[in-house]
Amino acid sequence: MKNKEQKILQDVNEEKCDVVITPKVSPIKRFIDAAGWPRIIIAIFLLVLFICAPFVKLSLSRSISDTLVRVGMNAIMVLALVPMVQSGCGLNFGLPLGFLAGILGALLSIEFKMTGLLGLFGAILMSLPFSLLFGYGYGLLLNRVKGDEMMIATYVGFSSVSLFCMLWLLLPFRSPVMVWGFAGKGLRTTISVDQFWQNTLSDILSFRIGSDFYFPTGMYIFFAIMCFFIWAFFHTKTGTAMTAVGSNPDFARASGVNVDASRTLSVVLSTVLGGIGIIIYQQSYGFIQIYNGPQYMGFPAVAAILLGGASVHKANIGNVIIGTFLFQGILTMAPSVINSALKTDMSEIFRIIISMGMILYALTRKTKVRS
Amino acid sequence: MYQAAFTKGLLMNNESLLQIKNISKSFFGNQVLHDVSFDVKKGEIVGLVGENGAGKSTLMNILFGMPVISQTGGYEGDIIIDGKKVNFSTPFDAIDAGIGMVHQEFSLLPGFTAIENILLNKEPLKYNFLVDIFGEKMHTLDYEKMRQLAKQAIDTLGVNIDLDMLVSEMPVGHKQFTEIARELERTNTKILVFDEPTAVLTESEADILLKAIKKLAAQGIAIIFISHRLQEVLTIADKIVVLRDGKLITETETKKTNMRQVVEWMVGHTVDEKKQTARKDKTGGKVILSVENLWVDMPGELVRDVSFEVYEGEILGFGGLAGQGKLGIPNGIMGFFPAGGKVIFDGKKLDIRKTKDTIAKGLAFVSEDRRGVGLLLEETIDWNIAFTAMQIQEKYLKKFLGGLIKWRDDKAISDLAEFYIKKFEIKCVSASQLAQELSGGNQQKICLAKAFALEPKLLFVSEPTRGIDVGAKKLVLDTIREYNREHGTTIVMISSELEELRSVCDRIAIVDEGKISGILTPDASLEDFGFLMVGSSKDNV
Repeated sequence: MKNKEQKILQDVNEEKCDVVITPKVSPIKRFIDAAGWPRIIIAIFLLVLFICAPFVKLSLSRSISDTLVRVGMNAIMVLALVPMVQSGCGLNFGLPLGFLAGILGALLSIEFKMTGLLGLFGAILMSLPFSLLFGYGYGLLLNRVKGDEMMIATYVGFSSVSLFCMLWLLLPFRSPVMVWGFAGKGLRTTISVDQFWQNTLSDILSFRIGSDFYFPTGMYIFFAIMCFFIWAFFHTKTGTAMTAVGSNPDFARASGVNVDASRTLSVVLSTVLGGIGIIIYQQSYGFIQIYNGPQYMGFPAVAAILLGGASVHKANIGNVIIGTFLFQGILTMAPSVINSALKTDMSEIFRIIISMGMILYALTRKTKVRS
Repeated sequence: MYQAAFTKGLLMNNESLLQIKNISKSFFGNQVLHDVSFDVKKGEIVGLVGENGAGKSTLMNILFGMPVISQTGGYEGDIIIDGKKVNFSTPFDAIDAGIGMVHQEFSLLPGFTAIENILLNKEPLKYNFLVDIFGEKMHTLDYEKMRQLAKQAIDTLGVNIDLDMLVSEMPVGHKQFTEIARELERTNTKILVFDEPTAVLTESEADILLKAIKKLAAQGIAIIFISHRLQEVLTIADKIVVLRDGKLITETETKKTNMRQVVEWMVGHTVDEKKQTARKDKTGGKVILSVENLWVDMPGELVRDVSFEVYEGEILGFGGLAGQGKLGIPNGIMGFFPAGGKVIFDGKKLDIRKTKDTIAKGLAFVSEDRRGVGLLLEETIDWNIAFTAMQIQEKYLKKFLGGLIKWRDDKAISDLAEFYIKKFEIKCVSASQLAQELSGGNQQKICLAKAFALEPKLLFVSEPTRGIDVGAKKLVLDTIREYNREHGTTIVMISSELEELRSVCDRIAIVDEGKISGILTPDASLEDFGFLMVGSSKDNV
């Protein structure tokens, strides 16, 4: 009975929609439509925060520097979401799986006492076998749950983090900087990379202006290279097919594209980038956080890309850059400005409200995409 | 006066149970029913026949109070049951008024047994003390009574069904009977509508069903029987009502008519006879595609056993009523649905499960599901046109590092799109406009351009004019014909509109119940086409 109704409505709609839509709007309206109200409001809010900073005795140049460092730290993790969004697998809430691969690489690099750029790239290289393997298995899993990817992904992230909580205790790491001092085995909750490769990438070509402003040039160059790779990938035949799979899997299948393989590839790419992203984060932050550390680290990335204007199945590099800047900007500025103004510490609460609020907002808009 | 009204009511009761009076209905200015009136008497079986789109379903939707009717502005005219004018706003009202409907698609709960389905939501209840505490919802079901009632309903039909079997495990025939039994179980059922009830049944099951329907009529239930199998309608119905293009063509007693006449009424005579001028007869030439014993499991368009040959350079049409399997043929050959059979294309055997190979070998397909399969709605026009050729034939790609990197050539893609936009007069702002912003006709042109970009040897075009306006229709059909003439591309066109096929094709095959019931030339008489469509050849009339 329901089918019949739908069929009739569909026929009716097809008859009705026989009109060419010619957009005629003012430039301002077009800008608002293109940017979207949420971004405009957040951007204005961020601007207000920067303006307020000096009045609550915060150094403006330090605030901007902090924001830029945080953007650089997080950008690749946000970029890691793009392939899966484009292939129609939705937002990769299972990003922690990639983080775990990255952490494994970082720990191995420390275990082998690799320092400097060698240590950093060694960590990235050693994370690859893990991220490829995890990504492949994760991709196969997601192909079995088409339509529910995001929920399954969330639990893949949670459960793998918990599984690794056990492994961190059991894996035979021996380096004294990493294991608990008393027992001589089992990894600590936070491990400093200070003596190994902290800021080795950030410091390349970095510069300071005054005492407060620091720009991590190397980290941005590396991010630009990663962006170029993703941009280039989506200009190849395979990348084009991936976009089509995300846009309309039936169309892609009818054009001879192997939909499942394309989706799996996107998951692998996302996981690999997640692994690289966390290592870059660690080199700037100075610590490797394990156990429950990675559990919630996927959410800020998701919130950032959504804030950047991505939808659940369309995302581009512009979304990544704008989103990371706005999101990390708010995250850096809002707590410090408000804390200074109110003289209380509410930073963590603000972070959670902002990041979860953004995700909630974006997910409610999910159904609006196909007109 | 009271007395008079009462007598009048009684009289009407004897005369006609259901009166449909001057019903008109339009969807957004598109008139689908035009001043239709007929009566159904108590215990009478009325056969309602007409081609697809004649207005049968809409009429039944009105009668059944489907929300789609009121959502689209209601209808004109009156429906009178038992002398009282009614206007149902939901199917529940219709059920309360004693109208039952048996659908082509089952609406049964698969995980429930026959008994539970038949008595769903009207189960006899048993009292227990919890009812006093927690209220009505605490009643338990009286299974003994339920079994008895269900058995009664099934016995009325004169069939034998295991009452405890889960619906999901039943053969289709039994599901159909369960559904009918459910409608019967309502004590007040006065009118039963059967919408293509025999479509899924085997012949013997259909016979049982027809007998059961007669039995019901004998008990005084009025029956409206819709079927495309004319033979059945003629055997069972007391009266035949023919609809064509939303108009009532005739209302006549079955005794006074025959199949030939009914077919004539259905297809009509006032057909525009603008025949194509140069029909090519390619039969006997080179066979480019030969299909043997093809079966396709496409839901709603099942292909059972189809064999045919396509000659190089011709336009072969596939016609037939909806749901008979004509759409399944190209979808199966292109590998979109589970299918089997022997397909030989251009001298080589084709593995029809591999879409990629099939396209690579020179077949292309313009899907009937334009928005679902045919287009990337959220991508640009140029992507839509070039995508398939890019993926399969590696056109519009620049290769670097000895072919390791296959870079999309955006310039070539947009040139290609510009070419087709000019050629087909696609109305759009630019080649980088999104496909979803175009009208149906222009979207269809993009689908055609996509197929042409592949430069196929054989092109399947499925329902090319569905849902597009008259002007665009002509353009699309002209394009197909022109392409065939200029490039010598063999075309297989599937369409529900017979006139369209007759104006374009060199040969027309009619598909009925998943099989080809015959192949005719376009100048064959409408009658002949009609006979093939309703499942019987001329000889056995």
